[in-house]
Amino acid sequence: MKPKLALFLLALGCGAALHLPARAELNVVATLPDLGALAKEIGQGHIQLTSLARGTEDPHFVDARPSFVRVLNRADVLIEGGAELESGWLPPLLAAARNPRILGQARGRLVASVGLTLFEVPTGPLDRSQGDVHARGNPHYLLDPNNWREVAARVAPLFAELDPANAAAYRANHRAFLDRLATKTADWDQALAPSRGTAVVTYHKSFDYLLERFGFNLVGTIERMPGVEPSPAHINQLVPQAKAAGVRLVLVEPNRPRRTPEQVAQAIGAQLVVLPLMPGGVDRTDTLFGWFDHNVAQLRRALQ
Amino acid sequence: MTMTAGYTGKPIRFRETMNPIALSVGCTVALAATILVRAQDPGPIERLQHQLKQLEDDFARQQAEHRRQLEALQQQLEALRHASAQSTGAPPTSAAAAPPALGTASPESARAEPARSPTDPIRLLGNQQNYLHLALDVLATVGGSTANDLDRLQSGGHDPRQRGFTLQGLEVVFDGAVDPYFRAQANLVALLDSSGESRFELEEAYAETTSLPGNFQLKAGQYLTEFGRLNPTHPHTWAFVDQPLVHGRFFGEDGLRNPGARAAWLMPTPFYSELFLSVQNSHGETAHSFRSEAETELRFGRPVTDRGLQSMGDLLFAPRAVTSLDLSDTQTVLLGASAAFGPNPAGADTVTQLYGLDLFWKWKPVTHHGGFPFVSWQTEVLLRRYQAGAFSNAADDLDGSGAIDGGELDQYGDGTVWVLPRETLVDYGYYSQVAYGFRKGWVGAVRGDWLSGERAAYDPDPEREPRWRISPSLTWFPTEFSKLRLQYNYDRRQRLGVDHSIWLQFEFLLGAHAAHKF
Repeated sequence: MKPKLALFLLALGCGAALHLPARAELNVVATLPDLGALAKEIGQGHIQLTSLARGTEDPHFVDARPSFVRVLNRADVLIEGGAELESGWLPPLLAAARNPRILGQARGRLVASVGLTLFEVPTGPLDRSQGDVHARGNPHYLLDPNNWREVAARVAPLFAELDPANAAAYRANHRAFLDRLATKTADWDQALAPSRGTAVVTYHKSFDYLLERFGFNLVGTIERMPGVEPSPAHINQLVPQAKAAGVRLVLVEPNRPRRTPEQVAQAIGAQLVVLPLMPGGVDRTDTLFGWFDHNVAQLRRALQ
Repeated sequence: MTMTAGYTGKPIRFRETMNPIALSVGCTVALAATILVRAQDPGPIERLQHQLKQLEDDFARQQAEHRRQLEALQQQLEALRHASAQSTGAPPTSAAAAPPALGTASPESARAEPARSPTDPIRLLGNQQNYLHLALDVLATVGGSTANDLDRLQSGGHDPRQRGFTLQGLEVVFDGAVDPYFRAQANLVALLDSSGESRFELEEAYAETTSLPGNFQLKAGQYLTEFGRLNPTHPHTWAFVDQPLVHGRFFGEDGLRNPGARAAWLMPTPFYSELFLSVQNSHGETAHSFRSEAETELRFGRPVTDRGLQSMGDLLFAPRAVTSLDLSDTQTVLLGASAAFGPNPAGADTVTQLYGLDLFWKWKPVTHHGGFPFVSWQTEVLLRRYQAGAFSNAADDLDGSGAIDGGELDQYGDGTVWVLPRETLVDYGYYSQVAYGFRKGWVGAVRGDWLSGERAAYDPDPEREPRWRISPSLTWFPTEFSKLRLQYNYDRRQRLGVDHSIWLQFEFLLGAHAAHKF
């Protein structure tokens, strides 16, 4: 047994010594494609980017695939959403990846929600009888493009710090991003200005930032509570309420079941609109601006 | 081997600064040295970096605070305008002044102290640096069976083993970061056994390193051996009410676990692959196929003679290799091979070898809703080679009648004179289970169990008899924190025949919900 053990340890040691890095670019991992798309705007060709979850997925329930361990193990930077959005799958991946560059409070770990003013931060007593309420606030904050600016303002200096050789490029990309964002925001505001005050119903509390930003009015959700499936009693209560409020749109993400939202939309005489929660949620929405253009166009089309 | 980053902010790259020779000579020494170096020298640069980060954070917080105040003032202004507009009978001018959306806390309320989150760590009194996650999980079952020997039919210590109600386990889990170098976890389990007695088990209590160089990880303490897929997990994560038969036969009631130490190495392959080597004590009831002091005096027809720990070779060695591939955007497969080697007490120099292969495959569409639908398939195949020494009770047959009779000492209780040669007992078995999450919160599953082995001199032996079982189940998860499960078992044992059992299981979980591993 003893020589076998020594051989095994020797093999392990040799293997580790052979494991040499061959990286030129900054290796960036984003937990979700919206954060990934934002990192791409700043990093462009100077970073190697991996987004763990797909844009079509429910970001609360992503499988902790072992291949993610491999990806996280090699990351220089991890950008995560925070506000408990990834708490169901990221912690064991991080523990298994054993990468000190992104562990704990390491410089390479960027929690994008830090410093943002999040909606719906519960202030009263909170327990799980209220459903899956995020104690840190609603985590879908990138649906307000104003928050892109805040997150980019932390991403750009981080890239510059960790990859000084390309610092100038990151700064330039950041400036170009802000310029484009200002133009685009003006376009989007103009496009949706006539729709201010439109009453809507959503499936989950996913689109609150978008609604607030463009002056839509959220009347209710198809879910009874966050993360809790709709019950007939709840739907029977929601429909007259939505009718009375003159709801015109029912918004759902691409991954939600359609039957109940369709029935609700029909019952209240509203239109069902499928809006991707993140870039890549539907075809040809892979970039941050492409995704939001799509969302604005969908809303406009539905309200015409 | 310095671990501090320079002022340039260059990312810390361990592998570049590592000495390959030191590693290949003896990685354990290097690893230990690394821990010492890191523990002794936090470095002024790191301290400064930390302070800088704190200042940055403070600054960001203050900025956010100012912005909030500004927004609040703007809102008040807007509200005043709105009020004056209404008092003059004019319609409101801006939709932005509409009341906040349903359930939305106003920006002002965000300034108040946030509520404690159910996922927050529980802070121990007196020392804000110590954090501890705490969770309480309760598993209970009600049901019945046609079998009168449920203690033998159900092989797991946490299985329901009586008609009526069973408290399968009340598990308390503590975990948290010890310091920058270790994280630790303890699982304490209390249960009521089938005779109504309270039992306490120290299932796991271990610490593991968080960031050793070279992608190594060390773990030490009392822990469940990383053998296969099911053994290192706790009952509340299982897809069925009871443990597979093959686990009961090879690992005993409570799984293969003991105090020891384990090294793991994440291999530099383009896909995920990891090697484990565990060295643990080889005795006790949680080392069932090894130096376990059986309840009976005989093991496979041989008297139990524990010879103690004579050399390092008498410990339990368990290597494991595991790898995973993403077959497509929707399918992932995980393959593992495990083994365990150690002495057993059925002879003077006898050893046991255990081998296992495991497979886990999962399909989940890219447009899932709350993690559903999905299909998963999990299978483990195990083989045991158990050496047993020569033994005969012929000396007890004092009158030479060829049978144990007339007040002679009958060790076997069957009146037979047994002459058992030295031999290797070969047993094998598998379980295979498919689970289908067909809509959010609902999972239908079916499991097949099968056990067999090669005939040996001591036969029939109830510890080695062939048997099989089919178990369909239906589970409803109202949330991730509770579940209700209905399961039926069709058991067929050689000589004992068929038994039917039906169980209804309920689980609830309070406190931090550990994230799901794959």
